[in-house]
Amino acid sequence: MDAWASAAEIAEKVASGATKAAAVTETALARIAERNGVLNAFTAVAAERARAKAAAIDAARARGVPLGALAGVPFAVKNLFDVAGLPTLAGSKINRARAPAGADATLIARLEAAGAVLVGALNMGEYAYDFTGENVHDGPSRNPHDTGRMTGGSSGGTGAAVAGGLVAIALGSDTNGSIRVPSSLCGVFGLKPTYGRLSRARTFPFVASLDHLGPLARTTMDLALAYDAMQGHDPEDPVCVDRPAEPVAPLLARGTDGLRIAVASGHFKRGAFPEAAAAVERVATALGVTREIELPQAARARAAAYVITATEGAALHLERLRKQAGDFDPAVRDRLIAGAMVPAPLVMQAQKFRRWYRSEVLKLFAEVDAILAPATPCTAPRLGQQTLVLDGVEMPLRPNLGLYTQPISFTGLPVVAVPVPLEPLPIGVQIIAAPWREDVGLRIAHRLETGQIVAARRPPE
Amino acid sequence: MSDAKDDDLDDYIEASARVLGLPLEPAWTSAIKANLQVTLRLAGVVAEFELPDEAEPAPTFEA
Repeated sequence: MDAWASAAEIAEKVASGATKAAAVTETALARIAERNGVLNAFTAVAAERARAKAAAIDAARARGVPLGALAGVPFAVKNLFDVAGLPTLAGSKINRARAPAGADATLIARLEAAGAVLVGALNMGEYAYDFTGENVHDGPSRNPHDTGRMTGGSSGGTGAAVAGGLVAIALGSDTNGSIRVPSSLCGVFGLKPTYGRLSRARTFPFVASLDHLGPLARTTMDLALAYDAMQGHDPEDPVCVDRPAEPVAPLLARGTDGLRIAVASGHFKRGAFPEAAAAVERVATALGVTREIELPQAARARAAAYVITATEGAALHLERLRKQAGDFDPAVRDRLIAGAMVPAPLVMQAQKFRRWYRSEVLKLFAEVDAILAPATPCTAPRLGQQTLVLDGVEMPLRPNLGLYTQPISFTGLPVVAVPVPLEPLPIGVQIIAAPWREDVGLRIAHRLETGQIVAARRPPE
Repeated sequence: MSDAKDDDLDDYIEASARVLGLPLEPAWTSAIKANLQVTLRLAGVVAEFELPDEAEPAPTFEA
């Protein structure tokens, strides 16, 4: 089995008996062994567990038991997901002292229930407070398209593992853009579902009121298959809505006829490098979109998300900052300590603004079904790069990679990040839909994929 | 958002670190101050947007 096979192809071949889950798993483990030294995507490889799971799938098939939609598909998770038997690192040094997790995160259990095979845990920016994919403890994850460049973060290992052909599907988290930024810089598809759609049970949090989980993959069908397998209420996450699963894989080929689509203007047209603007233009042209729409006060929404992130993050880590400040990544520590010092009334004002912004943004969906915006202002920066020039002004790189993602997650909207395969480096476009309409974003993404406007281009090796 | 002076912020950082029980190494303070300045500036951008007293916050957010 080719390491670059899609999840849908793998599952079909395992189900038909054309290949065995054990063989697919060995291919993935060999591929990880071959490439992880360069990409630094994995922080733990669960070879024994994966072999046992694959053997169980092959045995089930031999007994005539029907297999799930992801039978034999290797996947991996950002290391803030609980994996039974491993300490949940969340990219930190401090968490290495934690007891091994007693049970898998809900989303791992659901993917495995569909037949997928967990092969390991992935590198990430410390405590997810990151847009670069760099990590002072584990070293940076490296972009498969140019290993001297960033993957984007904080789900950096997730982006590298999928783009580098180590796994077909990987899970990340997105508080302010941490699925969409690495999807963009690594040139793969990513789905940040509606806030509250997928369970976060048994994952290490960052900003509870903004945290989302979701999949990255190399095709829209793989994204949909993974998402469908993970949907459904989970009483163990109090934010996870009690809403029936709404499978999207059967809807992908419905096309985009009748969908009203616009390009985000204002904030989303400022500061973009030519590549980001070109990517949006290419997608808009392919979809015949000429209309523009403005998300009201988007820059202020980004400011409010920044304030809530700094303060909620500080509250989460306050005790660790008191006792183990020296063990943090210094860049994370200094932001969290500053966050702890922000007066509470300013945080409440940001929360009041959030409600106002939500109601204004929701009004837009009476006029349009989807909104297009850049995912990142630029293609992958070089590892270690500290600044970038936006509109002629040199700005710190780290926060500004989330310039266009933060105002969207702030109001919980579902987004599909699609990779536009520009040369020499890919870049993503966000397809933003109304709450609970992941299907709309994925249908548009699928049409762009079949029209060869977007694709997860295979990187050189 | 306020006309606090630079020294005021230094004093504020030292005092709030003591109140919060947070360590404050001399080597960290300039980065903490820079981060606090950015966060306060952005908080000011939010706060200057006037909303009525009755506006509800969204600490537990539902899309």
